Amino acid sequence: MTRPSDSGTNLPLPAVGTARGAKVLRAGFIPLMDASVLIVAAELGFAAREGLALDLVRDVSWANVRDRLAFRQFDIAHMLSPMPVASMLGLGSNPSPTITPFSLGRGGNAITLSLRLFERMQALTGLDDAASALDNARALASVLADMRERGEQSPTLGMTYPFSSHNYEFRYWLAAGGIDPDRDVKLVVVPPPLTSDALAAGAIDGFCVGAPWNMVASERGVGRIVAAKQDIWPSAPEKVIGMRPDWAGANPETVSRLIVALGAAARWCDDGANHDTLAALLAEPRYIAAPVGIIRRVLAGEFSLDSKGHRRTIPDYFVFHRDHANYPRPSQALWIYSQMIRWGQAEFSEEGARVAVSAYRPDLYRAALGSSNGPADADVRLEGAAPDDRFMDGHVFDPNRIADYVAAFPVRAFGASNGSDEDA
Amino acid sequence: MHSDLTVLVIDENAIRASIIEEGLREAGHLRVTIVHEVNGIARIIENLKPDVIIIDLENPNRDMMEHLFQLTRTVGRPIAMFVDRSDTASIEAAVDAGVSAYIVDGLKKERVKPILDMAVSRFNAFSRLQRELADARSALEERKVIERAKGILMKMRGLSEEEAFALLRQTAMNEKKKLSDIAQSVVTAAGLLM
Repeated sequence: MTRPSDSGTNLPLPAVGTARGAKVLRAGFIPLMDASVLIVAAELGFAAREGLALDLVRDVSWANVRDRLAFRQFDIAHMLSPMPVASMLGLGSNPSPTITPFSLGRGGNAITLSLRLFERMQALTGLDDAASALDNARALASVLADMRERGEQSPTLGMTYPFSSHNYEFRYWLAAGGIDPDRDVKLVVVPPPLTSDALAAGAIDGFCVGAPWNMVASERGVGRIVAAKQDIWPSAPEKVIGMRPDWAGANPETVSRLIVALGAAARWCDDGANHDTLAALLAEPRYIAAPVGIIRRVLAGEFSLDSKGHRRTIPDYFVFHRDHANYPRPSQALWIYSQMIRWGQAEFSEEGARVAVSAYRPDLYRAALGSSNGPADADVRLEGAAPDDRFMDGHVFDPNRIADYVAAFPVRAFGASNGSDEDA
Repeated sequence: MHSDLTVLVIDENAIRASIIEEGLREAGHLRVTIVHEVNGIARIIENLKPDVIIIDLENPNRDMMEHLFQLTRTVGRPIAMFVDRSDTASIEAAVDAGVSAYIVDGLKKERVKPILDMAVSRFNAFSRLQRELADARSALEERKVIERAKGILMKMRGLSEEEAFALLRQTAMNEKKKLSDIAQSVVTAAGLLM
């Protein structure tokens, strides 16, 4: 069997089938770079070493992934971090109990606007090429006001799923600039691989989606990247491994071995020395089917903001493992819940908070990797309070005061969290 | 008796959609609308007010539908997937077949189940059809290769058609390979040598 550490420029042979008698887990995934840890665990022997064989099944929609997990076609699945929370809260169609014991890392998202819209922002506000994410959002707000005055139709912006990091991050960015995402623009869902084409065709004027699709659009010369996930909130959770709680309960040994395998794969993905191999693997048609050069640059965080040569390097654009990136932190599940309340998808209650937090299972993570491998600080902590981990608008999330946190946002869905925490 | 239910079928595959439509009409559902793409689907749903929406699982725009149903204010009324979760066998059959259904909340299970069952069986029939077509195509390809290999052997070794076929078959048996594989080797080798 090819050892991951020996891998040179040539791709190692897939380890599938090398683990005789291995327990087979069917795992659904969507072709995105944040499925890397899962793909590497399956292909480079990390799963096999734990006596597991990951049978990866590529899917086309998050709704399918959710349903196929619920109806036992998948044992585990690559999921958006808000999906287990939504499922536990009974939101969306066909909610079915789902938990996550492992986060697939941080980063990867960005917001891209059409060049047409960005040039108008520059013309109207004299926006600098090095403007911050917040400057960009405020400039868009000015353009939207200008469009309203002229009686022009408000722009249509794409994201991926109602319960997605992209939905909440796009809304966060818009609202930080003073834009009401439900009133001032039209948010629609566009499947990630179609975003660049939809932007080119003028069907949408911008989107928030995971890698590599922002870079694909900017290098094609149809879009301009105006904010990265790191600009909005560096710690923001992204994708997770989802599973049914009854399945996890019946297979504790398998869950532990899976977490160990994924942890080792995540460490491998974090090592820049492996990024040529990782990029080649991800670029394959059965995975992301995108140009290997773009994937390699995205891994390095070397961003082409547009096709005119404006560049920006974002350190840690992808964090697969370090700084406890794989730890399913309960306060982040609660932050997701706060955004569901903010945008009218859910209402606040103490019971709701209890249910939301039950979607994230750090106990399973610690049981597999040992308590010493978890973070030293509290599972439920203030988010966005550390100097290097600020939200773009400076708000700090206190998980014990969710209703107050939501009420403090000047832009939120009508009627969201008018009550206070004392009601409960 | 079913004709009061309005059914919307969203399927990018026009042939499969028409197979389902035919099945629904045969079952007495006359208010059936078929769409092949989801552009402008919000307006169609608003105007049509379907009781049941059938969509194929290979359609990447399912996530867009989820968003639409989340914004119940736009659609006007809540829509839930699968009437009754207790009936897991038929739900699993649907997911296996690659079809999904959205149903207006509160609609009686007895009224919707036949529609879902019909869609599942038509989806399965369509997959079978596709498989058979693919098999037929590859059988045709194999026959062509065997014909060519026979021709090459007849010409190069001066055999009759019957002898050429017997030689191919004997070689396939000796090598424990498929006749078409041996024939392909002959054709490839001939291409290299001539």
